[in-house]
Amino acid sequence: MNGGQDLGGMHGFGPVEPEPNEPVFHAEWEKRAFALTLAMARPGGWNIDMGRFARENRPAGEYLAMSYYQVWFAALESMMKERDLVAEDEIAAGHSLHTPKKVERVLSPADVLKVLHRGGPTERETNTKPAFKPGDRVRAKTINPPTHTRLPRYVRGRIGEIERVIGCHVFPDTNSLGAGENPQWLYTVRFDGRELWGPQGDPTATVSVDAWEPYLVPA
Amino acid sequence: MSDHHDHHHDHDHSELSETQLRVRALETVLTEKGYVDPAALDLLIETYETKVGPRNGARVVARAWADADYRARLLKDATPAIAELGYAGRQGEHIVALENTAAQHNMVVCTLCSCYPWPVLGLPPVWYKSAPYRSRAVSDPRGVLKDFGVTLPNDTKIRVWDSTAEIRYLVIPMRPKGTEGWSEDKLAALVTRDSMIGTGLAKQP
Repeated sequence: MNGGQDLGGMHGFGPVEPEPNEPVFHAEWEKRAFALTLAMARPGGWNIDMGRFARENRPAGEYLAMSYYQVWFAALESMMKERDLVAEDEIAAGHSLHTPKKVERVLSPADVLKVLHRGGPTERETNTKPAFKPGDRVRAKTINPPTHTRLPRYVRGRIGEIERVIGCHVFPDTNSLGAGENPQWLYTVRFDGRELWGPQGDPTATVSVDAWEPYLVPA
Repeated sequence: MSDHHDHHHDHDHSELSETQLRVRALETVLTEKGYVDPAALDLLIETYETKVGPRNGARVVARAWADADYRARLLKDATPAIAELGYAGRQGEHIVALENTAAQHNMVVCTLCSCYPWPVLGLPPVWYKSAPYRSRAVSDPRGVLKDFGVTLPNDTKIRVWDSTAEIRYLVIPMRPKGTEGWSEDKLAALVTRDSMIGTGLAKQP
């Protein structure tokens, strides 16, 4: 979706302000919101792409006004409510008021390190061949899906060069909708600064994105 | 239920933001429902506060500087090379190492969210997730570097990597001069978090 999350190339946000000796978390609630988000994914039954869409799927002004962990927490609440895992009256009361739904794979302390270490690899076996090879010129398609996509607006319609064939990976555009992993060939595509930004682009800079085959056409 | 209600009243409500209260309320609800185990939450937090952070990445970089064979393995296929040091897993399932040279400087961003190589760098700092960085890293990388006090020679090419898929990028900064023969421990102390994102350089000895 063309939401507040798709920030590449926007103006007006001012300078980057690094914080010296920044702590990992800035408040106790951030720690809990972070851990709840990680722990609920498996029992909640959503995947990483659904999680990302739940974060970006809100009015752009709201997205930009919230802190990052506020966005995470709002997404967690919305995903739980959508699945009837929790209801607003329960959050308001601060207690469970309704019969819990049956969930699987509740994260136990004994499993934490194992689960983190395993992660969630997204590469999948395939018997298809990649359509592009390094050096090929490609154009990023002009698409504007209202649903989740990982093709940023600033490269759409632009011509770049395939730098690397990464492998066949889960396709977020369908996985975010619960429409299957639908693995697709993934490429690193490099664009020149001037191709992306015109006269304002830096001719000594290039930018790459990792783009799935359905995002690309030969150029 | 009033006896279960105690920890909501530990503090004056005026000191607690609405978000704090809602997070606390949701955790209580989810715990009561049996969806989460608070001890697992504690362990998740402790892991990222104390165990998984940029010191991991610094060890990888130091080894790459000190050991040419390791450097070659890392640049060829970073995920197994990094796993040799015990770092792997969530948000680092597929890692690519990018070597900075005098000719090319690499810099990593995630314009769409906050993708970051957790096993080697830990959780991202606020600026990495912020609109100023995500908007300008791709369109004005030299300007962003200036925000960090970094000015590169005009003939150094800049290569920005937008982490739009599940590939995570780790920058291997240039090894500072005057560190020949140093131990990996001593080298690792020169490797900053920002130098592994590409918004900084390694410290000078």
